[in-house]
Amino acid sequence: MSAIGVGEATIKGGTPPPPASAEEMFRPNMSARKAKGYIFSGLGIISILIGIGTLVVLLGDVLIRGLPWLDLQFLDSFDSRFAARAGLKAALYGTAYMMFFTILFALPLGIMSAIYLEEYAGDSRLNRFIEVNISNLAGVPSIIYGLLGLQVFVRWFALERSVLAGSLTMALLVLPIIIVAAREAIRAIPSSIRDASFAVGATRWQTIRYHVLPYAFPGILTGNILAASRAIGETAPLITIGALTFVLFTPDDPMDTFTALPIVIFNWTSKAQAEFHDLAAAGIIVLMAVLLTMNSVAIWLRYRLRKRF
Amino acid sequence: MITLNGSNKTGQGNTMLKTDNSPLTTYQEGAEAKDAIVEVSELSLWYGATRALTDVSLRFPRNKVTALIGPSGCGKSTLLRSINRMNDLIKGVRTQGTVMLEGSDIYKKGVDPVEVRRRVGMVFQKPNPFPRSIKENILYGAKVNGYKGNHDELIEWSLKKAALWNEVKDNLNKSGLALSGGQQQRLCIARAIALQPEVLLMDEPASALDPISTLKIEDLMGELVEDYTIIIVTHNMQQAARVSEYTGFMLSDEKIRGQLVEFGRTAAMFSTPKDKRTEDYITGRFG
Repeated sequence: MSAIGVGEATIKGGTPPPPASAEEMFRPNMSARKAKGYIFSGLGIISILIGIGTLVVLLGDVLIRGLPWLDLQFLDSFDSRFAARAGLKAALYGTAYMMFFTILFALPLGIMSAIYLEEYAGDSRLNRFIEVNISNLAGVPSIIYGLLGLQVFVRWFALERSVLAGSLTMALLVLPIIIVAAREAIRAIPSSIRDASFAVGATRWQTIRYHVLPYAFPGILTGNILAASRAIGETAPLITIGALTFVLFTPDDPMDTFTALPIVIFNWTSKAQAEFHDLAAAGIIVLMAVLLTMNSVAIWLRYRLRKRF
Repeated sequence: MITLNGSNKTGQGNTMLKTDNSPLTTYQEGAEAKDAIVEVSELSLWYGATRALTDVSLRFPRNKVTALIGPSGCGKSTLLRSINRMNDLIKGVRTQGTVMLEGSDIYKKGVDPVEVRRRVGMVFQKPNPFPRSIKENILYGAKVNGYKGNHDELIEWSLKKAALWNEVKDNLNKSGLALSGGQQQRLCIARAIALQPEVLLMDEPASALDPISTLKIEDLMGELVEDYTIIIVTHNMQQAARVSEYTGFMLSDEKIRGQLVEFGRTAAMFSTPKDKRTEDYITGRFG
């Protein structure tokens, strides 16, 4: 290789003169620097203890008061004027029934919206507007959804105070959560997989059908379970649309009136008799058990079905 | 860029369809018109407002390996991806000019890019098998394109073609991701071949592989070229010299984004480059 015409690169300026001794130039001050680290980690531990401590006290109180009331009779009885005979049967059925329809409405809508936004939508002004508003919807207070449900489903659609009205309201409430979770799951699929599919002559729908949806499924499922556990604990929208508090039957038609776990708990806490307050604690234990189970299933599924690319 | 003098040692006639004086749009030395399977004419491409290709014209000869070389960002991958219209998947891409595949323009109105991609296979830089079994990896392209033939035969045929059959024949239900990097890349080649494409595009197919796997891929290209036309983008000039019969050198500078500087027989280009910039690049003075 001839070097004709190729100038040697020269470094301009040169390096600074070396100090007399590195020892003189640096002041490590190790003890003060380490002390700051200790202080910070100490503050972190205190913060965690405040949070966990509150939780432990709350749980302890609920367990001490509620556990003695917790038995099969409690789960399998309707509400009653007498604490000893009151139970959660109507609430458990109502919650289960409502959640079934909530997921039935919210899941397909949520998945299809997420697919559209991730795979089809361009970068238009309208689409950006939609995206921002879906994120905003996830932060809207749940009582607003209750008011919406009251006007639209209970009055306009004339669904009365039915399971269906409650489900539709709850479906609106969790829809943004499902959409956001599904979008994240879809976005986590590397573009190299989509490229591979397109490169063998697959259409966009085939790519979605055979790759995007199956690989995003665990994430979508997790988001769905988390959305459902959010809905199970929601009280405000159900009170707004007028779910009943004292119910002595199980709903067996989507148009039946109903009650739900948080409503019954809320009702018991507002009673004068102290026994009902302990009964509410027992109801909280049941509700919490359901929530923790659902969240554990979500975490387990996420690990179990996770695909690596 | 006056390039066509004194290049007769290649044995190919100089082909210059355009006789006007706009040098960038002339076909440089390469295949005769009847030998070309892919003919790119005056192809320009923009990503939004950024230009990536400027009036690229060249012919890719049938059943040969053609290498596209050049520094990063010179547009060689973009050119490769416009031959199976993969660029169409990127938002805001605009293309001008023609790419003729077997004499018909794949950018003509009414041509479905999905159909083009069945005919022009592609292998990517990083091996990207589907997270499914080896079998399903091969059959996916067949399935989405309504393949009528026997599936087991297709699997065996494709894997043999890609020199992978002996290593995986007892384990066809194993996940494609369980294979080594080199095997994964050969699985991707098998997946592309299963569609019996006319052209095989390879975008730096060995840059993520170890030297032994690289050698296997290069050997494989030597065998595949008997049945297919191969166009490979590579950063590695030794690789271009080893595997290709023709080479195109591309460059982007401040004035012209993504231009084809020189095209010709690999041996000739590496020994006696006609353009100063080609010489500078292949002797390692920049890029």
